[in-house]
Amino acid sequence: MTVQMIRNAEDLAERYDIAIVGAGPAGMAAATECAKFGLRTIVFDENSEAGGQIYRAITRNTPAARPYLGRDYWRGASLWEAFVATTASYVPAAAVWSLEQQDEEAELRVSVSGRSMIVHAKRVILATGATERPMPVRGWTLPGVMSIGAAQIALKSAGLLPEGRAVLAGSGPLLYLYASQVLAAGGVIDAILDTTPRRYWLQAAPHLLPFLISPYVWKGLGLILKVTRAVRVFRSVTALEINGKDRADGVTFTAGGKTVSLPAKSVFLHQGVIPHANLANAAGCEMGWNDRQKCFAPVVDRQGRSTKASIFIAGDGNGIGGALVAEFDGRIAGLAAGLEVLGKEPSEDLRRYGRLRQKALRGRTFIDLLYQPAPSFRAPAEEDVIVCRCEEVSVGAIRAAADSGVAGPNQLKTMLRCGMGPCQGRMCAATVTEILADAQQRPPTEVGTYRLRPPIKPVPLSEIAALPHTPDAVYAVTGTHSEH
Amino acid sequence: MFRSIESPKSRVRVIVDGREIEADVAASVAAALLGAGMTAVRRSVVGGEPRAPYCLMGICFECLVTIDGVQNRQACMVPVRDGMVISSQRGARTMEVGGQ
Repeated sequence: MTVQMIRNAEDLAERYDIAIVGAGPAGMAAATECAKFGLRTIVFDENSEAGGQIYRAITRNTPAARPYLGRDYWRGASLWEAFVATTASYVPAAAVWSLEQQDEEAELRVSVSGRSMIVHAKRVILATGATERPMPVRGWTLPGVMSIGAAQIALKSAGLLPEGRAVLAGSGPLLYLYASQVLAAGGVIDAILDTTPRRYWLQAAPHLLPFLISPYVWKGLGLILKVTRAVRVFRSVTALEINGKDRADGVTFTAGGKTVSLPAKSVFLHQGVIPHANLANAAGCEMGWNDRQKCFAPVVDRQGRSTKASIFIAGDGNGIGGALVAEFDGRIAGLAAGLEVLGKEPSEDLRRYGRLRQKALRGRTFIDLLYQPAPSFRAPAEEDVIVCRCEEVSVGAIRAAADSGVAGPNQLKTMLRCGMGPCQGRMCAATVTEILADAQQRPPTEVGTYRLRPPIKPVPLSEIAALPHTPDAVYAVTGTHSEH
Repeated sequence: MFRSIESPKSRVRVIVDGREIEADVAASVAAALLGAGMTAVRRSVVGGEPRAPYCLMGICFECLVTIDGVQNRQACMVPVRDGMVISSQRGARTMEVGGQ
């Protein structure tokens, strides 16, 4: 038995038992569980290769060719092998641009090979993963500036290393992981500007014990030791800005009470990851504020059920837990959704995966609290810093709107076009919520986030027009009823 | 801002703004452009500022380029193909009169 690869929209069926969006750890694991039941399962992945971002290019990388990626990366290979051995259908390069619950089932609209189709499923599992939290600083839109996740993707998928002086800035384990991979591959990082405030060790300290018995501790300490021996590390960095006119040529920042300037040809930014929940949000799933992770995430129960009964959300898309948690999350959602379709009671496997998931979460609270991005990087004060990169809306414009009493992010859209460009708020939503909360002294949960609507990815109108339409929809547009 | 550390395996040729570059067959268009030393791929829609790929995972829409005549394609989501014609964009997409 092997997975059925679908590359053309015409080859999709109209109905499936389970549709999964995303082929990272959660999506692959969920599909593997669903297919075990013999359910008609389909996986849509926007990427042309499975693995998600954490296991990017896992289907063609080998430890011999790219040994520098580190041991944890290769866990993805066994997930991929188990997934391709199933009877599921797998559609790479497929953009699901609409999801709606209808009569206890779900309707998806998906663009594949230049054509859109409507697919129905009894249950949908969203495994859309995480995105990097935006890190708006002066100069972050300049060529030569990129996220650290992006630099790591360039390494995993294309064997690209930074050329010339490279600086990493921000907070979180990825700074040290990426630096160690670059060093192992024979590259050079000139400096790490760690923006973690020193006082955050205090807020994280009460949660140190579970962290000390988690697998993170040795890996984390090892990475930090290895990297700090080879790279200059500046700690408690504030007032970071990227210099340059038409491209980045350096950074200026404050560390240890001094202002420092360094030349840099590449500047890589990162301050943690947040759920990529645009599809869940557009489907009307309730979103809730996670104050420890400082982000909105879809509200789910222990098995990943969202507030829409036919929609499950697994992995980082429902709250950040990392690759291993995502894998167990995917298995749990896959089993739970599959059992629901079959009308069966919860199984022992479901409880076992629940325990494994709890174990994999050990130490997460410590990491969340230690690497919480500093307020000045979540809600910047510098008025000229761009927040919405698409529509080029600045901190100053948003703060002025906040002072004039804007009701929330959705009204801000109509005032400033903030969040209305092609990325549909993916790069600014988190910052907008934090700036409004800061300026209006309201809790983020009350400020809220953008209400998104399909299509969540740009689709040519010709593809939408070519979809089958209901008689009511035709009447709404043309004013006449079709004869046949 | 990047250099490739791998010897060429299976290479394809693509045209970027009239210049021919080589890329690994498994690369995305964005990775091919970065690997060839190109950083800025477009001018922004509002301020006309130079912009470059930022996230490489389909999120930021900074890497929008024209590929084989189709505007606003996400370069990081499209694998290279031999003979592909890629051009950088200036500002918003334009209407194609009589086109698709």
